[in-house]
Amino acid sequence: MNAPIRELTYAQAIQEALATAMEADERVFLMGEDIGVYGGAFQVTGDLVHRFGEDRVMDTPISELGAAGIAVGAALAGSRPVLEFQFSDFATLAMEQIVNQAAKMRFMLGGKVSVPLVMRLPSGSGTGAAAQHSQSLEAWLAHVPGLKVVQPSTPHDAKGLLLAAIDDPDPVMVFEHKLLYKMKGEVPEEAYRIPIGNAVVRREGRHVTIVATSIMVHRALEAAEVLAGEGIEAEVIDLRTLRPLDTATIIESVKKTTRLACVYEGVKTLGIGAEISALIAESEAFDYLDAPILRLGGVDSPIPYNPTLEKAAVPQTPGIIEQVRNLVKGRI
Amino acid sequence: MAGAVTRERREISPASNQRPFYAQFTPEQLKEALRRMCLIRRFEEGAEEAYMRGLIHGTMHLSIGQEASAVGATMALRKTDYITSTHRGHGHCIGKGADPKLMFAEFFGKEEGYCRGRGGSMHIADVESGNLGANGIVAGGIPIAVGAALAIKKQKRDDVALCFFGDGATNEGAFHEALNMASIWKLPVIFVCENNKYGMSVSTERSMAVANVADRASAYNMPGVIADGNRIEDVAEAVLTAIARAREGQGPTLVECKTYRTRGHSRSDRNRYRTKEEIEEWKLRDPIGHFETELVANGTATADEVAGIFAAADAEIAAGLEFAQNGTDPSPDEVTRDVYTSRIPA
Repeated sequence: MNAPIRELTYAQAIQEALATAMEADERVFLMGEDIGVYGGAFQVTGDLVHRFGEDRVMDTPISELGAAGIAVGAALAGSRPVLEFQFSDFATLAMEQIVNQAAKMRFMLGGKVSVPLVMRLPSGSGTGAAAQHSQSLEAWLAHVPGLKVVQPSTPHDAKGLLLAAIDDPDPVMVFEHKLLYKMKGEVPEEAYRIPIGNAVVRREGRHVTIVATSIMVHRALEAAEVLAGEGIEAEVIDLRTLRPLDTATIIESVKKTTRLACVYEGVKTLGIGAEISALIAESEAFDYLDAPILRLGGVDSPIPYNPTLEKAAVPQTPGIIEQVRNLVKGRI
Repeated sequence: MAGAVTRERREISPASNQRPFYAQFTPEQLKEALRRMCLIRRFEEGAEEAYMRGLIHGTMHLSIGQEASAVGATMALRKTDYITSTHRGHGHCIGKGADPKLMFAEFFGKEEGYCRGRGGSMHIADVESGNLGANGIVAGGIPIAVGAALAIKKQKRDDVALCFFGDGATNEGAFHEALNMASIWKLPVIFVCENNKYGMSVSTERSMAVANVADRASAYNMPGVIADGNRIEDVAEAVLTAIARAREGQGPTLVECKTYRTRGHSRSDRNRYRTKEEIEEWKLRDPIGHFETELVANGTATADEVAGIFAAADAEIAAGLEFAQNGTDPSPDEVTRDVYTSRIPA
C-alpha cells in the first residue's frame, strides 16, 4: 500500500513553509499586520504565534513603509525577516524601501552586504474587494533589478518557493494569489525547495505554447483540456518566477510549438506578456513563429467592484479557449 | 589644498572644562575626536576642490560646519554598533572610523572605493566599521536603523544602532512610523537629528509645525533632547546618555543637534533662501575652532599638538586624493556585478 497522499491548502502549505523555516533557523522571524493572534487576514500565519511566540511572529502597527524598512535593516544586521503585506496593494505604501533600499543596497554598497528578506504579497482579483485590494503588481516589482519575484500557482510550489525564498541571500517578493489560498494539493512533508528562476511545463503540447502565471496557470490548463478535445494540443508553462526569467524553457517550447500565447492577470499594457513577447522576438524562436503572438492580460482599468465587471477585467477560461483557438485554427 | 579651516577662537567660560564630557573621555579620545573633525573638514574641502576642478562628477552634499554632531555622536560607539547615515554623510562615515583614502577612491568611482565606485558620495558605506551606509532618500535610513536595532535585540547583543538624519527627514512618514515602532518595542536605537535649519531651501519654520524636532519625541513616548550641534561636548553628552539607555534596554532617544551647514545644500545651491549675514554668524560658531580652543585652554592638548593634528590631516587628505586618482576604473563588463549575490545570467 502506498502512503496516502497528503493534501494541504495553498495557505496551509505557506504556513508549513514558515514553520519549517523558523524551526530550522532561529534568525527567521515574521512581521506583518494582524499576523499574530488574528492569524493573518487570510489565516496564513494561523496559530504560528502560539507556537513561536510574539517575538517571532510580530504584529506591526499599520505602518507598511516603516515595517519594510525595518525588514531591510534587520536583514542587513543578520536576521531573516519575512514580512507579510496584508494585501499586495499596500506594498505601494512601502515602495521606497522595497525599490530604493532593499533592491539596491547590495549593488550600491559594492557587494559588501546582502539583504536576505522575503516579502509576501497576497494579490489578485476575484474577491469583490474592488480596486485597492485586488491588484496584480508583480510586473512593477519584477521591473526592478535587485529584486527576485516569484508567483506560486500550487500548494506544492507555494511551500517550495517560499522555502527557497527564505534561503535566498537577496530580497524575494512572493506574490500569492488570494483565490488560491483555499486550493488543495499534494504537499510533501519534507522541507523541499523549488529553485527560484525555474519555470515548469505543466502540460505538454505541440501546437501552441501558453505561458501563464499564478491563477492563470489553472485557467490555461482548463482551456488546454477543452482545446485538446478539438485537436489543439497546447503546451502550458507555469512561469513561477518573473525575475529572473527562465528564458530557456520558453524559447525551447516556442521553437517546438511555433505559437505563443501569454496569459496573466496584471495589466496587459507594458506587462509580463510584453516582456515574454519581446524575448521571443529577440530570440532564435522568432524564426519558428507561425502566428502572431497573443497576449491575454488584465484590461487597462482598475479592478471594478461589480462581479460581472470584475470577471471581465481579467482573463477567464472561455476567453482563453476562444483566443487560443483563433490563434491556432486552420493552421495545424 | 583648499582654504584654511575657520578657526575662530572664542572666549571659554571658566566652567567649561568641568563638563562631564571631559571626564567621560580620555585625553587621547578627545584628541582623536579633534583629529576626526579636522579630517572631515579637510576631506570635504578636498572633495569640493576636486569637484570644482572637474575631477569628480555627479554631486555631493557637504557638511562643513556640522562636524561636532558627526564626531560627538559617534565617538562613544563601538565598532559593532551600527550607524545609518544620510546624503550629507561624509562626517558620519569618518566619525565611525572610515579611511578617507577609500572614501576618495569611491568619489573618484574607483574599484578601491568603499563601494567599488558603484555608490559614490550619496551611498558611501563602510560596513566593516558598522556603517550601513549613507542614503540618497531623505528618511530612508531611519527604519533601516530601527531594523538593525531589532536584529540586535533578537540576537541578544548589547550593541546599538545610531541613526543620523536631518530636520527635513522628520517631515517624512518613515520617521514617524520608525520612531513609533522603535518605542513600542523598546529597541536600542539613538535617533540623531542634525537640524541645520533647512530642508534644501525650506526653513524649519516654514516646514515644521513644532519649534523643535525634539518636541516630536513626546508623540512616541521617548526622551527628546536638544543639543548645541556646534559644540561637541553638548552632542557627546546627550548621545552618551542615550547610548546608555539603549544598552540597558530602556529604548530609544531622540537627540536634536541644532547646527548649520555653511555650504549650500549641494552643488546647485545659489543660497537664495538665506542671508550672507546668517551664514557668517554661524561661521563664527565653528565647531572645530571651538573644540580646539577648549582642548588647549583646559590643558588636554598643547598648541603644538593641535598644529600637528591639522598638519597630519592635511597630509592624509593629500595622500588620499593621490591614492584615489591612481585607482582602478571598473570595467564596463562588470556593470551588473553585485545586483544579486549570485550572478544571474543576462
